[in-house]
This record gives sequence, C-alpha cells and structure tokens, in this order.
Amino acid sequence: MRLEPRERVPLWLNIVAPVGAIALAFALCALLILWAGAPILPAYAALLKGAFGSTFAATETMTRAAPLIFTGLAAAVAFRAKLWNIGGEGQLYAGALAATYFGTGLVTLPPLLMVPFLFLVGAIAGGLLLLLPVILKLKLRVDEVVTTLLLNFIIILFANYLLFGPWKDPLAMGWPQAAPIIDEGVLSPLIPRMRLHSGLIWAVAFAIFAWGFIRFSKWGFQIRAVGHNPEAAAFAGIPIGATVLRTALLSGGLAGMAGVGELAGLKGYLTLDISPGFGYTGIAVAMLAGLHPLGVIASAIFIAAIYNGADAMSRAMSISNYLADVLTATALLLVLASVLFVRFRPRLR
Amino acid sequence: MELLDIFITLGFWSALVRMATPLIFGTLGELICERAGVLNLGIEGIMTMGAMVAWYWVYQGGDLWTAVLVAAAAGALFGLLHAIFSVYLGLSQHVTGIGITLLAASLSYFAFRMLLPNVTTPPKIDPFKPLPIPGLSDIPYVGEVLFTQSPLTYLAFVLVPVVAYGLYRTPLGLAVRMVGENPLAVEAQGIDVHRLRTAAVMLGSAFMAVGGAFLTISVFDAFYIGMINGRGWICIALVIFASWRPGKALAGALLFAAFEALQIRVQQASSAFIPYQFFLMMPYVLSILAMIVMSRRAAYPKALLVPFRKGER
Repeated sequence: MRLEPRERVPLWLNIVAPVGAIALAFALCALLILWAGAPILPAYAALLKGAFGSTFAATETMTRAAPLIFTGLAAAVAFRAKLWNIGGEGQLYAGALAATYFGTGLVTLPPLLMVPFLFLVGAIAGGLLLLLPVILKLKLRVDEVVTTLLLNFIIILFANYLLFGPWKDPLAMGWPQAAPIIDEGVLSPLIPRMRLHSGLIWAVAFAIFAWGFIRFSKWGFQIRAVGHNPEAAAFAGIPIGATVLRTALLSGGLAGMAGVGELAGLKGYLTLDISPGFGYTGIAVAMLAGLHPLGVIASAIFIAAIYNGADAMSRAMSISNYLADVLTATALLLVLASVLFVRFRPRLR
Repeated sequence: MELLDIFITLGFWSALVRMATPLIFGTLGELICERAGVLNLGIEGIMTMGAMVAWYWVYQGGDLWTAVLVAAAAGALFGLLHAIFSVYLGLSQHVTGIGITLLAASLSYFAFRMLLPNVTTPPKIDPFKPLPIPGLSDIPYVGEVLFTQSPLTYLAFVLVPVVAYGLYRTPLGLAVRMVGENPLAVEAQGIDVHRLRTAAVMLGSAFMAVGGAFLTISVFDAFYIGMINGRGWICIALVIFASWRPGKALAGALLFAAFEALQIRVQQASSAFIPYQFFLMMPYVLSILAMIVMSRRAAYPKALLVPFRKGER
C-alpha cells in the first residue's frame, strides 16, 4: 500500500472520516460488551442515558467536561508547536496546589477578584512547572516527553506529602485533605442544586481565547510555524526558543487552571483524587479535536460523556467502567488514522 | 540502622539484582525499538498487559514458563499495533505510543475486572521460586546475591550480551541499527524498511511485556491496578542514559535498582525526620538527573521519530 497526498480534500471526507472512526471504535468495543455477557444496544443505550438522559446526567457530563477542556487545550496548544507536553496531570496538581496555598486564607479579595486571582496563580504554577523541562529541552536537548511524564509522579507525591503532612486539615477527621478554599474564591453554581459550576464558562472562554490567539496573533502564528517546520521558521527569523517558552507557559497555564477549576468549583478543598487522570485524557481530547481549540470543547464533552455514561452503564450492568478508557484509546488511535486517510489517498500498488 | 550497614547486608544486594530485572527487560526492549528508529511510548501499557496476562495464565493453572511466552506474545501483538500506526501509516510516534499505553493498560484493567468480578483482595498465585545455580550459589556472598535469584532474572542478565551481540555482530543487528540511522540506505540494500522496523518493535515490545510479567509471576504473586507505576517511563529515561547501548543499559538499570533498594531501607531507618514521599520521588528525580547528565553525550539514532514513506526523499 502506498499513500499519496490528495490534491483536494472534499468537505464530506473531513466529516465522514473521524465520525466513521469513532463509530468503528464503538463497534470494536461492542465486542468487549459481548464478552462481558451484556447485550450491546441496551448497554450503549445505558451509556447514552447516563451521559445525557436527565438534567442531572447532562450537568454532570458538562461538569466533567470543564477540566477536560482545559487539559485538552493544554495539549492542543503544545502539540501545535511540536512541544510534547505529557505533563498535564502534574501541571493540574501544581495549579491546585498554588490555589490551595493562596486561596485558603493567605489572600482575601472580593469574589469578583478572588476567582480570577486563583486562576492566575494556578496558571502561573502550571506554566512554571512546564518551564523546567522546556528549558532543559532548549538548553541541553533533554527529551521533554520523559521529563514531563516523570514530573507528574514527582508533583503528585509532593501533594501527597503536603496533604499527609503540613497541609493536612486538622478539622478533616484524619482524612488527607487541605483546608477549604475561602468562600470568596468558590466558583458559583450555574444551575440550582446541580454540581455544574462556572468553571465551565471559564474553560469555554479560554478555548475561544486560545483559538483567537493561535489563529490571529503574531505569537500564535509563530507557534504554528515552529510546529510545522522549525528550520524554516528559524530561517524566517522567528525566535524558536522564545516561541517554545511562550507555548510552554500557555500550555502549562491552561493545565494548571484545570486544577483550580476542580478545586474551587467542585471539591472546595484539595484531595489526592482531585483528578482521575484528566491530564492524560486531555491528550486524547486534543487529538480527537485535531488540535483545534474550538474542537476541544466538543471533544471534551464527548469524552466526558463516555466516562460518565460508562459509570452509569457499569452500575446498570456488570460491565467494568474501564470500558470508557478502552473506548477513548480506541477512538484516539482510529481518529488519528482516519485523519491520515483524509490527507492521503491509499493506493494499492 | 546506619547507612553503611545497609551496604553490607546481603538482603540489599539481592534486592538490587531483583529490582533491576524488570528495568533490564524494559530498557532492552525500548532500546531495540529506538535503535530501529521507533520511539515506543507504549511501554508503560505493554508492561501492564504483560503483568496481567502472565498472572492470569498462572492463576488459571498454566505453567510459569508458558506464562512468560504468553506475555511476550501479548507484548508483540501490541508492538505490531504500534508498528501499524507509527511505521506503516507513519503517524506521530509520540501520540501513537500514548494511545497504545492507554489502550493496553485500560484493556488489562478491564479484563482483570471482568475476569474477576466481586474480588476485593487480589487472588494469589505460586510465583517463580529462587533457583540456586548448583555450585555457583555456594560461593559465599556472591552466590546468594547473584546465583540465588528467579530464573527470569538470569534470563534478563543473559539477554544483555545476547542483544549486544545481536545488534553489533550479526547482519540483522547491523540492518536494525542502520534502519534507525539511515532507512534509505537499508532500502538500497533491498531490505524492506517497514518490515524490519515492525519486527524490531514487536521484539522490543515482547521484552517489555516480560518485564511486566516478572512483577506479577516472580516478585509479587498478584496483579493490581497501577502496579507498573511509571517503571516504563523510567526505562525510556534509562535508554537515553545508556546512550542506546545494551551494556550501559544494564549498568543504568542496576544503578537505579540500587537507589530503589536503598530507598526502601533508608526509609525504614529514617522515616522519623524525612517524609517517605521524598524517598518515593527518588527514582523519578534520578531519571531526570540522569538525562541531564547524559544530555551532552546523547547521540540519538538519526532517524528516530522520522517516519519512512517509500518513494519520498
């Protein structure tokens, strides 16, 4: 088989290919449902119902989508510049740690300022955490994939130390959790009696910001140029190092804000289960969106729906909710391949 | 316990050799893939898969050595999947690898949950017993440390010179190294670049899976969620640390295992004044430090990460 570039890409192919890939992912995972001894269609119906079947289900899905939008944006922005930031999980925790440090009484501002302040310190913490591997990459050519990955483990262990040690809330009856965020910093609920909070609005706003930034700003253009062809970008006078550093601050900052949103919107205090791997899932979110910031919103909702739906499905039938991870991974790989067939035409020799 | 006392206990040295084993398998596996020009970030998931299937095979009454083969086959299968995406289709090796890790790990956990529903404590199996090598194991000190280990540990140590010989002294090894440096030259020799890379990735992935299997059917006697715990990522750092050479990979794995074995013992001795989390961080911090130290001498295979498409210059 040979791949030759298409001269023109028909619009329908751009839509059919990824949708077909996702449909194929569902079909393949149906085999796992069969193996689990459950009927396929009712199982997927339960998944859909668990994701959107009621106001509660739909708001829960949107609640879960908010951090995924942030981590998805973090991956999308970095991957655009071919900066392989796999450290979203650690940057999320860094953001949550910073928000806990400043938001539990150290600083008190009126609510209108306190919430942006917490997002700001969280973003700075996440950005700074990514700065270390990026400086190592630029100065010493140390591969950032491994360093960002390893920093995840280090930061989570550090949070573990703080929560079992100096930051442990004495009022938490022995649970490893930090003191609660002060009332001024708590994100307001969007719908009465539901957990959905204004973190979603922040996430969507930043998706639009990231899109405009990448699409229209000079720095955004430089990010795309460095990702496409670093040699040509350097030849054209684009400062590679500065561009990569800016990308890192933006990417790490977005991931850090995911942590702030979860902390100030959902939990109210830092625990060790603040993220069930949002940082890693963000990579799948970004890839499904084709690294497009606005697409990230849709793909984050889609993946959040799969996870929440699978939770509901596993309660209704005896299917493990790890099916959600399998579905996400399968969809990730198949969509990746489908995009290739949009750009190239397969030719049998 | 004084720090120096740790070094004179046989338990420390014996644990060091034991803990190095999965790292040796994983690092050799990753090294073979990268030498052929393919970064395999699937390693973490492939090790998880190897650990799961080997354990389940033995749990179902299977033989221990067959379990090793089953794990290797499962690893090779995921290696094939990685190769289809990253070699034949030429997709980003980073993203494909992350996808393979997600898929292999989540499939392992899904299967584990489905095969054993309603189980709270992981059921145990009879793992490999230490196999004293007749004669050699009677040597004082050295015998207990080096020659009273799990058979899989011997296999890991034997594989190091075998892989080195294969890579540097055989035509096939030459082709593998060449395809990681200059695939066009390999094609000019009439060798199929894609097939060669796929074979290397499958072999390397089989090694990784056996490394994972070692954890369930030799060290521990059960499988549990999250048991690989970043070992795969450490192997990737070790490959860089080793400058893509098998002998140095062994040295790196032993060095790391030494810190890991030391960490547990120092932790027990000094938990009063240094929180244990800082000891748990050590392997990850050291991996990063190792990469910094070796960065100036890191000679990446030139075609690493570069997909090869026929007829393209």
